[in-house]
Amino acid sequence: MPHISLRSLNVTYRDRRALRDITVDVPDAQITTIIGPSGCGKTSLLKSLNRLIDLSEEARVEGEVLIDGVNIYHPKADIIALRRKVGFLSQKPYPLPMSIYDNVTYGPRMHRMNREQIFQQIAELEKDRSLGRLCPESTRLTARTRRGGEMDLLVECYLRVAGLWDEVKDRLHDPATGLSVGQQQRLALARTLAVEPEVILADEPTSALDPISAKLIEEEFQFLKKKYTIVFVTHILRQARRIGDYVIFLYLGELVEHGPAQQVFTSPRDEKTRAYVAGDIS
Amino acid sequence: MGARRLEEAVFKALMLASLGLVLAVLAAIVVVVMARGASALSLSMLTQTPKGGYYLGKEGGIANAIVGSLYLAFGASVLSILLSLPTAFALQKEYAGRRLASITRLSLDALWGTPSIVYGAFGFIIMRYLGIGTSLLGGILALSLLMLPIMTRAMEEAIRMVPLELKEISYSMGATRIETTLAVVLRQALPGIITAVVLAFGRGIGDAASILFTAGYTDHIPRSLLDPTASLPLAVFFQLGTPFPEVQRRAYASALILLVIVLLASLAARLLSRRFSKHIVR
Repeated sequence: MPHISLRSLNVTYRDRRALRDITVDVPDAQITTIIGPSGCGKTSLLKSLNRLIDLSEEARVEGEVLIDGVNIYHPKADIIALRRKVGFLSQKPYPLPMSIYDNVTYGPRMHRMNREQIFQQIAELEKDRSLGRLCPESTRLTARTRRGGEMDLLVECYLRVAGLWDEVKDRLHDPATGLSVGQQQRLALARTLAVEPEVILADEPTSALDPISAKLIEEEFQFLKKKYTIVFVTHILRQARRIGDYVIFLYLGELVEHGPAQQVFTSPRDEKTRAYVAGDIS
Repeated sequence: MGARRLEEAVFKALMLASLGLVLAVLAAIVVVVMARGASALSLSMLTQTPKGGYYLGKEGGIANAIVGSLYLAFGASVLSILLSLPTAFALQKEYAGRRLASITRLSLDALWGTPSIVYGAFGFIIMRYLGIGTSLLGGILALSLLMLPIMTRAMEEAIRMVPLELKEISYSMGATRIETTLAVVLRQALPGIITAVVLAFGRGIGDAASILFTAGYTDHIPRSLLDPTASLPLAVFFQLGTPFPEVQRRAYASALILLVIVLLASLAARLLSRRFSKHIVR
């Protein structure tokens, strides 16, 4: 059973229908890109996967989204548990109004994780060798001896996973707003990962970044897909080609085509996909 | 082209003239108050309560009014914060619906414009109902009524400026509404909230009509909440109403003291805001 499957999902804003009857399975442990012209419902689709769409009063959702077999739109669904499992990275990186350190610890503090739970989480993160580069032995040892050491360890580990540690290790308690936009986006990634989600939703996470920062983020995702299921919205076709393993193509709120990236880009089945991929429509 | 350049010049001149006029009025108030009051200002005026015949031009000071006004304004500010902050938080769209919020905003605007004598009269009725006479407590209650709409509305503006995306980050990590409000919204809006408090404080400490019936007037520093109390605005009023030029000069000196208190409060707010805006996301 795939992690995420959508069953006849409809999203309407007032009288405007943003998504029409979407049924698709998102494959696990890969990067699925959602492509399509602006206004085609990419972000609505993404935000309906962690129910962030609930924040827009006018939005109405019908149909089912099953995550691990549970319909997240069931009236008794646990939204907090859902959002813990499904992380989100926004288009423009917004640091929370606090220090770099506090940005990373925000989630664990919010979920009131205790010292042992945090050590446990880090231990599991390290056991899973797929992510490779993590904290040096010395950090792990000193963390056990100090009060609050578990949070220090957590901050270092996730900043390392997000590829930001070396740039900020000397100013962890400075305001996060002092970072460059590219660094802010990697901080946002560290913050998202610190609650150990299984899925990461990314809404055009490179669109506000300069080309070099964007490349760093893309590389991050290539590296993270070994462990996380990633859904990546983009309107840049070349980016979807570069990073996507699986493609969902939306056009005017309808699911036109989905399949392995290779197949969708080289031999699309639908005429609209062919035109979009060829750059004839945008 | 000549016409457009002329238009530019005319409007620029108009705007500068308005600006100059506003600044001139402000400067004139300060200059007149200083010129008339400075000569009457003395240490004894600040430190002594009125001795017999002070209002006839004899010995003493207005320490009772200075302390009374500070008691009134601080007391009313504390009371107003306790009600305004939760109200302002409740007006966020996650809590109050759009309709309720807009009705509340309209009501607060109407209350903001209500003449302060109305609050005095209303406060008087409440006091009669509670069975308390003219007193510090009565004055604080009436002043709170006056300050509440100002404070709430100004806080609400600051809270509404918090970007939705910032809240989305918090929600997307599984934070609840109250966690998001206290950890993110409060921090981000704090400088604006401080400004709101000072705005209301300034308005409250300078108001005469609302405390006329409710706080009364005495010649001593209030010893309890149920003691009547003097205040600076009424001290100005009473001294200006005497036929003695010497006492009238003291009225201007009292006004000068009031101006300085409001100025100090604004400066303190500036410093506090700056301290708390270190982490603010712009």
